[in-house]
Amino acid sequence: MIKIDIVKKIGGRYGNFELNVNTAFHLNTVTEVSGPSGIGKTTLLKILAGLTLPDAGTVMVENDIWFDKGKNFSKKVQHRHVGFVFQDYALFPNMTVKAHLKYGTDDLAYIDYLLEMGEMKHLENRFPKQLSGGQQQRLGILRALSTKPRLLLLDEPFAALDAALKSRLTNRLRVLFAEQQTTVILISHQENELGVDNMHIYNL
Amino acid sequence: MEPIWLSIKLAIITTIFLLFIGIPIAYWLSRKQSIFKLIIEAFITMPLVLPPSVLGFYLLLAFSPNNAFGIWLHRHFDLQLVFSFKGLILASVIYSLPFMVSPIKAAFAHLPGSMSEASYVMGKSKIQTFFYVLLPNIKPSVFTAAVLTFAHTLGEFGVVLMIGGNIPGETKVASIAIYDAVETMDYSSANSYALILFAITFVIVIGVFVLNRNAVKSPFE
Repeated sequence: MIKIDIVKKIGGRYGNFELNVNTAFHLNTVTEVSGPSGIGKTTLLKILAGLTLPDAGTVMVENDIWFDKGKNFSKKVQHRHVGFVFQDYALFPNMTVKAHLKYGTDDLAYIDYLLEMGEMKHLENRFPKQLSGGQQQRLGILRALSTKPRLLLLDEPFAALDAALKSRLTNRLRVLFAEQQTTVILISHQENELGVDNMHIYNL
Repeated sequence: MEPIWLSIKLAIITTIFLLFIGIPIAYWLSRKQSIFKLIIEAFITMPLVLPPSVLGFYLLLAFSPNNAFGIWLHRHFDLQLVFSFKGLILASVIYSLPFMVSPIKAAFAHLPGSMSEASYVMGKSKIQTFFYVLLPNIKPSVFTAAVLTFAHTLGEFGVVLMIGGNIPGETKVASIAIYDAVETMDYSSANSYALILFAITFVIVIGVFVLNRNAVKSPFE
């Protein structure tokens, strides 16, 4: 279980408010986080990744402490071994499609496997600005998978994909998640977007 | 042609020094804000607004062989910074610092925060992220900053006059040589120096514009 019990003050374009999360996420399954815009879904994912620090509380993964305000401890982002798909993709303009994946792994066979999965093999030498919105989004997903993360955090990862492509991709993702025993936490506005049997929903 | 070569030599050395100093400072300034950073940034920006004579005056005082600091430099490092080429380099580095730091800082600050976050999440350290992701993505700004620093150092006059004097082959750079030639009514020498300086600078500015032709903003903003 990932046990999270945190408080975080958020100020921004949706006004000031306090994000309170006290819940547990199951390992090796998919959890969908839903809720209206501006309620703090992205902030929750960033707290799990270690990119944003809560004002108070704890984050535990099994018996491993990831964050504990009381002990003033936060496990480094680099050591949490998570994958993150950003809403704005956050691609590296200086790297080709293939270089993005090479930045995450040296395993060339795995890189090929990912490129096939995302139907991007023929685009491997292109730079982000030479890709369509949907292709950029797929690259964001493949890059997050390149490090074989134990925990994968996805922030509206399929918004730019057409229905047919999305269904082909999610089919392959389900296989990969089962194989790598990935814990997936996904922000989505559509119920069971990944189409898995054993799925949890967390309403923020 | 000696003054022209001296100017070019000074500008190249200053630019190289400033690339090594300016990029880390710019990166540091582009991170989280603090009062301390604000003050440092104000100091770095001062040469943009102060008359060069102010900077020159204080450098002259600081490095004077009659002052404690000047004596110390001379005794321990055998450095004589007043009326010497080394002194000109140091003065130019301080004087041109904002031209290197400001554009690079702006470029770092404009990179989306998620770009470095994406790299950290992949297990990469801050240093790796800096060299593999951040720096490569602001290359055009680094290039523009270097070229502007070069051109600006080439055109330096006031500071050089204050601390460098007019020693042929040592501190008599092109801008000083022009001034000197006009003082002695040698208009043809003044004209040839001025024309060469004008031509070099013009080519540099054209080059910057061509390289930035796809950018929305003028490189001088």
